[in-house]
Amino acid sequence: MLLTLLAVVTLAIIGQRNLFGVVILSGVYSFLMASVLIVLDAVDVAMTEASVGAGISTIVLLATLHLTRTIEVRPWRRSWAPLVLALVTGLAIAWGSLALPPFGTPDAVIHRHVVPRYLADTVKDTHVPNVVTSVLADYRGYDTLGETTVIFTAGIGVMLLLRGARRRDGGGGDDGAGPRA
Amino acid sequence: MRTSLILRIGTKLVLPFILLFALYVQFHGEYGPGGGFQAGVITAGMVILVGITFGLGAAKRIAPPGLVRAMVPLGVLIYAGTGVLGLLLGKNFLDYSVLSASDPAHGRGLGIFMVESGVLVTVSGTMTALFYAFVERGR
Amino acid sequence: MQAVQGFLDHYNYVVTIFLMVAGLYIVIARGNMVKKLIGLSIFQTSVYLLYIEPGKILGGTAPIIDPAFTVYSNPLPHVLILTAIVVGVATLALGLALVVRIHEAYGTIEEDEIFEKDGDT
Repeated sequence: MLLTLLAVVTLAIIGQRNLFGVVILSGVYSFLMASVLIVLDAVDVAMTEASVGAGISTIVLLATLHLTRTIEVRPWRRSWAPLVLALVTGLAIAWGSLALPPFGTPDAVIHRHVVPRYLADTVKDTHVPNVVTSVLADYRGYDTLGETTVIFTAGIGVMLLLRGARRRDGGGGDDGAGPRA
Repeated sequence: MRTSLILRIGTKLVLPFILLFALYVQFHGEYGPGGGFQAGVITAGMVILVGITFGLGAAKRIAPPGLVRAMVPLGVLIYAGTGVLGLLLGKNFLDYSVLSASDPAHGRGLGIFMVESGVLVTVSGTMTALFYAFVERGR
Repeated sequence: MQAVQGFLDHYNYVVTIFLMVAGLYIVIARGNMVKKLIGLSIFQTSVYLLYIEPGKILGGTAPIIDPAFTVYSNPLPHVLILTAIVVGVATLALGLALVVRIHEAYGTIEEDEIFEKDGDT
């Protein structure tokens, strides 16, 4: 099953010390995640995950590695505290998840609240048959405006952080040379 | 350039189709999977592909940095402007039904289209700007 | 038998929680900042799964209205996660930009070495 494969890739990411390998594995992880999302009927989300997770994130991570370094030196104090903490958290969440309804049941609480109205009315209200689009841009327009603003802010932040000349080897030349990554 | 011939010709071949696919995803997003977020990322992906294959100069000829920087806030303005338009026409903020006098549902469809265009502009602008910022830092 | 059935009904949640815990472990245990950010994004994708999974209905189809289908999976989590993914990559890039600046200031991206250098001054 795809989910099991996801777990295996995650273990590989934990073990891998070469950061280049880690970045490629995280691209693999994103594609697996996109396949899982298609199985779960979330086609819009799967499309986004495939293009963003495997495309843009990988490019940005590789660019960062190019600017820094690719090997993780491991002072690696073998302490058990993080593992124990993670396990305790995991058990707590797992205990909570036992109360969730079994996978795929149609009468769970989540399917009964506002969603039937969206599904029934979207064509009448907006002439848009893709419910995800109509909820995104119309019924929940405020939320999406907020998300767009967050993207805008993050973009501005990156531009501010990375503009200007570097301190150590001065400003680079202008156009001409491509990225070396 | 140092990149291989196959890579350069291949990039040139797929480039128009990537752009076409992005436009399809954008304008068909109301009927199939897709929308402004995905189309924006695919458009930015096209610019990044050009940047990787032909160098930053070529990418900047396609998408000038000034334009890219302007696109980032422009998309948010289109989005919020659509909302304010509803406000000015006498309804609530982000209520698009007034955009069409005869048929409220048609107005809401139009509003969705405008809002998605705003999302497309901001997302593609931001992603391209991210790429430019990281690459320029490396030189 | 009951326990096995219960486990299979919740298998997707078990894997989701495993991914969550693995992400958390990477963030806490590893000193390398790029790896910490990757751990953070693994945690994030596990949250995507946690949202999308309850929305699935067995026998349902993708939420695009068509006369041929009557059962659709829940579109609301899809909307939330769709925007969360794009916001996630924007914030990841912001974090990586910070890492680049830290590398320029300290010459390293390992947490321990940065603490040592801070101790010297």
